[in-house]
Amino acid sequence: MCLAIPMQLTTVDGPRGIVSTGGVSCEVRLDLVEAPRVGDYVLVHAGYAIGVLDEAEAAETLELLAEVGALDTEAPG
Amino acid sequence: MNDPLGPFRDPGRLRGLTDRLHGLGSDRTLTFMHVCGTHENAIGRFGVRSLLPPWLRVIAGPGCPVCVCPPAEIDAAVRLAANHGVILATFGDMVRVPGRVSLAEAHARGADVRVVRGVHEAATLAADHAERQVVMVAVGFETTACTTAAAVLAGPPDNFSLIGAHRLIPPALYALLGLEDLRLDGFLLPGHATTVTGTADYETFATASGVPAAVAGFEPLDILLALERLATLAVHDQVAVANAYTRAVRPAGNPRARQAVDDVFDPEDAAWRGLGVIPASGLTLRKPYRKFDALARFGMTLDPDLPESLPGCACGRVMVGLTEPEACPLFDATCTPTSPRGPCMVSQEGTCRSRFVYREVRRG
Repeated sequence: MCLAIPMQLTTVDGPRGIVSTGGVSCEVRLDLVEAPRVGDYVLVHAGYAIGVLDEAEAAETLELLAEVGALDTEAPG
Repeated sequence: MNDPLGPFRDPGRLRGLTDRLHGLGSDRTLTFMHVCGTHENAIGRFGVRSLLPPWLRVIAGPGCPVCVCPPAEIDAAVRLAANHGVILATFGDMVRVPGRVSLAEAHARGADVRVVRGVHEAATLAADHAERQVVMVAVGFETTACTTAAAVLAGPPDNFSLIGAHRLIPPALYALLGLEDLRLDGFLLPGHATTVTGTADYETFATASGVPAAVAGFEPLDILLALERLATLAVHDQVAVANAYTRAVRPAGNPRARQAVDDVFDPEDAAWRGLGVIPASGLTLRKPYRKFDALARFGMTLDPDLPESLPGCACGRVMVGLTEPEACPLFDATCTPTSPRGPCMVSQEGTCRSRFVYREVRRG
């Protein structure tokens, strides 16, 4: 039930929008997000966008984890 | 972020993180509980338990909203659908939960039960069927409660009403710590409930209880990262709330969604399957919106004396981490996803169903 899918906003029309991922599009309610913009990745749960993903934070997490992977690969033994 | 999920399943990063988790080397067994059915599903699906060090156990808590919902609400929904000629709308998981009669059985006997993707679809059904009463059984944690609040604030038609069965996670954490026989060293926090609520209530919980916690997303890297952060806290006897899902969860959550919930609902005491009545763990409509309360509209009350489970079903204990699904005598015998005996086997988020479907490989 707390499943939420990250999808990209392709249309914003007042409280309604269209989101898509992997070639699948569907309608979404935008009542719960502040000033959504086309191109945003939103978390879609039960037909509503419940949050906007922060791409900079996503990149930072991945960078951090890439460093962990690199360090561990280089470590002896 | 062309593929927002791909990098969070990257095997190289997963290996590095797994090594780092193993390297922490706790000298005592640590037991962490997650409280989210979507976590249990992801852990099973991606085989996360097979990556854990031998000193780390991750168990499932009351994270499936359909499962924690006690039979009284479902029974009221069935009575409404069967006796009042309403269109009864709810999420797919809810329809098959067994009780005296399930909503699916009521549907088979002629009741008008419809599966909707969200509360707004039930409001649309009401607009499209002005001559009928449409009742939504609104179940779910904070993640879903805000969508119900949004649908109410959007001004649904007068022939729309709802049975509110929402539950709040933080009060349940306190209740879990009060259970005898359950010893926990940390909580993995649900990343989508906290997308809405933020982390303040969990900071308060950690400080009050002395139990650390970590917010986790739902990709394998997200879950392992949260486990590594949580294990680091536990190994060093530190109490804090780590956020390992920063791309979605901010400390203040989603203020707009929180405001919607505060505008529409007040907290109230609520019953949980397996945990009993927990103070201020449910939500009731505030006065301006009470006209949408289906039970009041149809003069119905909840029957608190219904048996919690069918005989032999261990769902109540599975849900609080006291019994593994495989230890239930019904599991994979008379209880399967096609013929579920308890809600834990019905829902995509149920612990028994995840265990049945994924048949996890464990490190021996």
